[in-house]
Amino acid sequence: MTMPVMTLIEAIRHGLTQEMELNPRTLVLGEDVGVRGGVFGATRGLLERFGPERVIDMPLAESSIVGVAIGAAVAGWRPLAEIQFADYIHPAMNQIINEAARIRYRTNGDYTCPVVIRAPFGGGVHGALYHSQSVEGLFYHVPGLKIVIPSTPYDARGLLRAAMEQEDPVLFFEHKRAYRLVKGEVPEEPYSVPIGPAAIRREGRHCTVIAYGLMVHHALEAAERLSREEGIEAEVIDLRTILPLDRETLIASAQKTGRVLIVHEDNRTGGVGAEVAAILAEEALFYLDAPIRRHTGPDAPAMPFNPVQEAAFLPNPYTIADQIRELVRF
Amino acid sequence: MAAAGPSARPAGQVLARPSLRRRESVATGDRVDLLERYQHGRHRELGLTDEDVRRMYEVMLLARRLDERMWILNRTGQAPFAISGQGHEAAQVGAAWALDRERDWIYPYYRDVALVLVWGLTPRDLMLQLLGKAADPSSGGRQMPNHFSSRRLRIAPQSSVVGTQIPQAAGTALASKLEGTGAVTLVTFGEGATAQGDFHEGVNFAAIHRLPVIFFCENNGYAISVPAEKELSVPDVADRALGYGIPGVTVDGNDPFEVYRVVREAVERARAGEGPSLIEAKTYRLLAHSSDDDDSTYRPREEVEAWRQRDPLPRLAAYLKEHGLADDADLQALEEQVRQQVDDATEHAQAAPYPRAEHLLDHVTGP
Repeated sequence: MTMPVMTLIEAIRHGLTQEMELNPRTLVLGEDVGVRGGVFGATRGLLERFGPERVIDMPLAESSIVGVAIGAAVAGWRPLAEIQFADYIHPAMNQIINEAARIRYRTNGDYTCPVVIRAPFGGGVHGALYHSQSVEGLFYHVPGLKIVIPSTPYDARGLLRAAMEQEDPVLFFEHKRAYRLVKGEVPEEPYSVPIGPAAIRREGRHCTVIAYGLMVHHALEAAERLSREEGIEAEVIDLRTILPLDRETLIASAQKTGRVLIVHEDNRTGGVGAEVAAILAEEALFYLDAPIRRHTGPDAPAMPFNPVQEAAFLPNPYTIADQIRELVRF
Repeated sequence: MAAAGPSARPAGQVLARPSLRRRESVATGDRVDLLERYQHGRHRELGLTDEDVRRMYEVMLLARRLDERMWILNRTGQAPFAISGQGHEAAQVGAAWALDRERDWIYPYYRDVALVLVWGLTPRDLMLQLLGKAADPSSGGRQMPNHFSSRRLRIAPQSSVVGTQIPQAAGTALASKLEGTGAVTLVTFGEGATAQGDFHEGVNFAAIHRLPVIFFCENNGYAISVPAEKELSVPDVADRALGYGIPGVTVDGNDPFEVYRVVREAVERARAGEGPSLIEAKTYRLLAHSSDDDDSTYRPREEVEAWRQRDPLPRLAAYLKEHGLADDADLQALEEQVRQQVDDATEHAQAAPYPRAEHLLDHVTGP
């Protein structure tokens, strides 16, 4: 049976539509999610299909998008909130961190807070300081949250299903440059991709490259070129879920290859890479043949608009290949 | 759903509707002969039975004595922290009586001892939380005192960050509206919370969608030490309702019948699909903000003393006697009964075990 091929954004739209069909207590709420269908089109068609009661165009006020979602979840509904750009999640930070993430804990398990908050993140689209941010590092520190970052259309649909099956708040970050760049097969019928496990996208014996989101595709491109042209075989791991982290898969791969490169677009200091490096230092140090490397966005506050500095900010397949070469030559 | 979105409401139209904004009762600053006001048996006019009034007084007294005991436990080194609702009891009980405990939701804040007692939490429950014991039903000993929560009782889970509950209450009211159950959500907060962005965002959303929610402000005139005139630029919190096109009502928060009357009207509007109301009950906290606060640094003693003269408990006790609902012997017997409840709660909580260290990481997330 052939499966339809979808872009990442099409898979998300397909998933959102199915979620609304599957559970009549699912709500979609966010800025421009109704008549406009979302600024990226993720919610296109939902208003016509499910009506304004369940597809709610919210006032331009992110704290209330999340706050209202929490209140509906507390009353037994399944809200799917959209923050238009991850850069605009900051006004909702208190509702996410102090409220959603703590409700299960602060009631000793009496209440849960099953809200899913989607937000497009990442750069490379001339989005400048306030339409390019990677914010996962800000939330990565917060127990009580789960954070999912799909890199393929298949995973996007399956992880969204799994997120909606959770009793916990889930941040669902979608790389906006990957929306139309990445295509893949997506089954018609609903299915889950479990939250937690990473995926080994490419087997290799010389080094391990750990990435998520768009960076997975850049890492794969670098790995294929190095295999073809230089005989270097890099293993590429797609984290898929960054909270909780799949420690076992990371440790096993580091033990196998002995060399580890972590790639992300988010700022370097205190990023996901720092935690991955710490875990591997704790659990796999004596298997390592080279220092762990991080190839990340710099510690600049955000990504500039001009094309020169935007490109300088972002890891790309060429810079990743350079990092892999240096790593395997150590 | 949004019958009146922003486009349907030209600028200025709301301000041209002064009827939205009412002062329901005598401003708390005015001098009133209380007994004279009470002589007409106002509770009967409002549809409250004699038993209702006796029961209201009982809850207020229980809340007061429980609160006093919490401070004693703090001052004698047996409780690390106490926070007070003393003075707010009439406002809370008046509001609670206007709602339906069997289906409505409450989003309380930390002064709402009397409110949550009406809603079904017990003196034992509150004492267990005061002492951080494992059997605290609100949080298992995790939260500070007066952070109320119960899924069974529809008491929403409470934070310490002021005002966060307001958009959440709108979300719960949205759920009730979609379900068509007729349930109303009551969310409470102090006047300090009305400076928060979450207040604006929550009220705005609820007003746009005409949600069945009552925004109930217990205005005691201070956000810890900051007086109301440094918190808002209008005389009353209820003035803010104009900006949202919803009714805003200021009421004497030390008069449980007046509070009951205005909240009942708001409940009727909410159940009829006419949307939210903002009710401001003017009251006063008789003690410091918390056991760690010294209010003598910012409140003149004469002001505190003047408000003690308007303490809602003696007021309602006088009403009970005046209308033959209770005599001195009844009130004395009630004091004794309440003292036993408070003693029982204290002893129960003191004997109860703390949570065990190995449960520190329980309920962080599910699988």
